[in-house]
Amino acid sequence: MKTEAGMKTEAGMKTEAKTYLASLLAAHPALPGGPAAWLARLRAAALERANALTVPTTRDEDWRFTDLSPLYKTAYERAAAPAAPDRAAIEQRFLPEAGGRLVFVDGHYSAELSTPQEGDAYVGTLAGALRRDSAQLEAHLARHVDFEADPFAAVNTAFLQDCAVVHVPGGRKVERPVQLLFVATQAERVAYPRVLAIVERGAELTLVEDYLSLTDAAYFVNGVTELAIAENASLAHVRVQRESDKAFHIASSVASLARDARYAAQSVSIGARISRLNHGIRQGGEGTDCLVDGLALIAGRQLADTHSFIDHAHPHGRSRQLHKCVVDGAGHAVFNGRILVRKGAQLTDSAQSSRNLLLTGRAHVDTKPQLEILADDVKCAHGATVGQLDPEHVFYLRSRGLSEVAARNLLTYAFAAEVVDRIPVASLRGWLEAQVVERTHAKEPGG
Amino acid sequence: MQSKDGRTLLEVRGLKATVAGVEILKGIDLTVRAGEVHAIMGPNGSGKSTLAKVLAGHPAYAATAGEVLFEGADLFALAPEERARAGLFLGFQYPVEVPGVTNASFLRLAYNTVQAARGKDELDPLEFDDFVREKMNLLDMDVAFLDRSVNEGFSGGEKKRNEVLQMAILEPRVAILDETDSGLDIDALRVVAGGVNKMRDPGRAIVLVTHYQRLLNYIEPDFVHVMAGGRIVRTGDKSLALELESRGYDWLLEGDKAAGKAVAA
Ligand SMILES: Nc1ncnc2c1ncn2[C@@H]1O[C@H](COP(=O)(O)OP(=O)(O)OP(=O)(O)O)[C@@H](O)[C@H]1O
Ligand SMILES: [Mg+2]
Repeated sequence: MKTEAGMKTEAGMKTEAKTYLASLLAAHPALPGGPAAWLARLRAAALERANALTVPTTRDEDWRFTDLSPLYKTAYERAAAPAAPDRAAIEQRFLPEAGGRLVFVDGHYSAELSTPQEGDAYVGTLAGALRRDSAQLEAHLARHVDFEADPFAAVNTAFLQDCAVVHVPGGRKVERPVQLLFVATQAERVAYPRVLAIVERGAELTLVEDYLSLTDAAYFVNGVTELAIAENASLAHVRVQRESDKAFHIASSVASLARDARYAAQSVSIGARISRLNHGIRQGGEGTDCLVDGLALIAGRQLADTHSFIDHAHPHGRSRQLHKCVVDGAGHAVFNGRILVRKGAQLTDSAQSSRNLLLTGRAHVDTKPQLEILADDVKCAHGATVGQLDPEHVFYLRSRGLSEVAARNLLTYAFAAEVVDRIPVASLRGWLEAQVVERTHAKEPGG
Repeated sequence: MQSKDGRTLLEVRGLKATVAGVEILKGIDLTVRAGEVHAIMGPNGSGKSTLAKVLAGHPAYAATAGEVLFEGADLFALAPEERARAGLFLGFQYPVEVPGVTNASFLRLAYNTVQAARGKDELDPLEFDDFVREKMNLLDMDVAFLDRSVNEGFSGGEKKRNEVLQMAILEPRVAILDETDSGLDIDALRVVAGGVNKMRDPGRAIVLVTHYQRLLNYIEPDFVHVMAGGRIVRTGDKSLALELESRGYDWLLEGDKAAGKAVAA
């Protein structure tokens, strides 16, 4: 790998789309040899793919609305571990409900801020997980996400150094949510968060993935999350993306569901200048049940893009999807909800609803259902609405004494509440309630 | 009938108003004093709800002539919420459903906002819960309505009861109840009328828009006005309502039509 000494002190390299990946790859030193041969091979394979792929542009159908050229201007370097992260600021974001907690600061595991668990269930880093059960990791890592055609997932995998690993053995119900915190503190750096959760037969877990920032500068987060939910197991998955308003956040999150597995997800996008979530749900057996909720809450010139893909491959699968966007300012929300019902997936019951609230005339949303139904005995419903606040609602509330701002805030909150209320962690719900009002609308004059 | 304190609360003079560019109110004069109950009747489309909404400040309605004084001050200088805080209340003919906002939080927010504006104490959720339950009791309302979204899925009668509940909580100076009796069953009518009667107070005035004389058996009005074609064409006492019940509106409109013809000729 070519690295030039002079380059490493720069914030990044000026690039364009063509050379972006190469610069990203070149800007990093070679990884130290991994403890497991299979892992070294996996990284090498991903690196090879990354070198062969090109980054998407708006000419790619899947990226039509999401122009990444601002990202491609500079290839950021990976951050060194911060000398002394602001403990208090990070602890503020700790969920009081959480049991196990892993904190990564600028891509580096922070032992002092984390509360790993190493008993029955494992909540810890890659190194510890490899010591516990290398073969199990090998069976799951990069087996759920597909990096063959996805340059971002390929780069993430090529530079996979650490990973938040959560493993819940069969039949075990983890009472308290596990919180994974990925904190950005440095400007113009890139981080590659990686998550692997394995929920074994009949086990239950609530997992909160939380992306936040202590800087309001530009940086890039390129994440991959893989969730393996075994037979009759249940995973509640909350994902909150609250990056800085100048950041880029691109992530793939894939859940594989075995027979009778249950998956309930709420993904909330609040931060980032440009964010993209590829949310995949793969049905690997009969009788699975999934709830795939999304909420984008954006303003200013933010763009939040969610592409979901629910793959029904077996009979009797049920999926429910509610995606809501609240767009203020000149924000732009994108939702593409692909649902595939394969030939053998008879008696699939699937419903998708995309609901969008535009708070200004400049706010914009592109929403598209993408249903591909190859089985004949299925129930698939979908619908999309785009609207403004109803002036009759606003007047009704004002006629009861609420100011126009308070009325609009209350109605906006009510719109978002449907998703927020389903989040199974009370403190997070409370925080989000405040955010809905804070992210959108001017404050009361003088108050 | 004038055993009241007699202070003028609402004074409407020569009010004209348009909606979507069409003139609906064509010169309304109405004086409402403290302690009084007024009934406004009249055929469909005569402008009763328009009058109510103009007074409440609905942005779709534009006053084009005349003036309205509320406790002596220019009503149109106030935003809708300021009118509510000053003590004007409109019970809607068609209350809107507000999904996602629970009735409890809406009522408390409205109450505390209005209390704060009036320089009075606000209530925390627990205190408010006691307060609102007592009011609901008076209206024979199930407390389960507190946890539901505002008016969402409420039956017509339940929505009207919820309007009266809001009036009871906000304690206005002038309450305009637009067809609050429509859609109520016989028992509900008695209960709701009882609730309104409890609100009668020497310092407060109530304006009832109604199609039914029956309501006026429960809530005796001091004045009955008949609106037609955007004007008040007749004002009388409660016996006028009885007369309308037996004779309909035609005899009042005859003169109107004749006048129209005369102008046309
Ligand atoms: N937004 C609007 N655009 C056009 N015309 C309107 C609008 N709103 C009301 N009108 C018209 O104004 C007139 C008066 O309506 P209003 O609702 O005030 O009547 P009302 O006396 O309350 O009738 P009802 O007894 O049926 O409730 C009607 O002819 C109605 O069609
Ligand atoms: Mg009406």
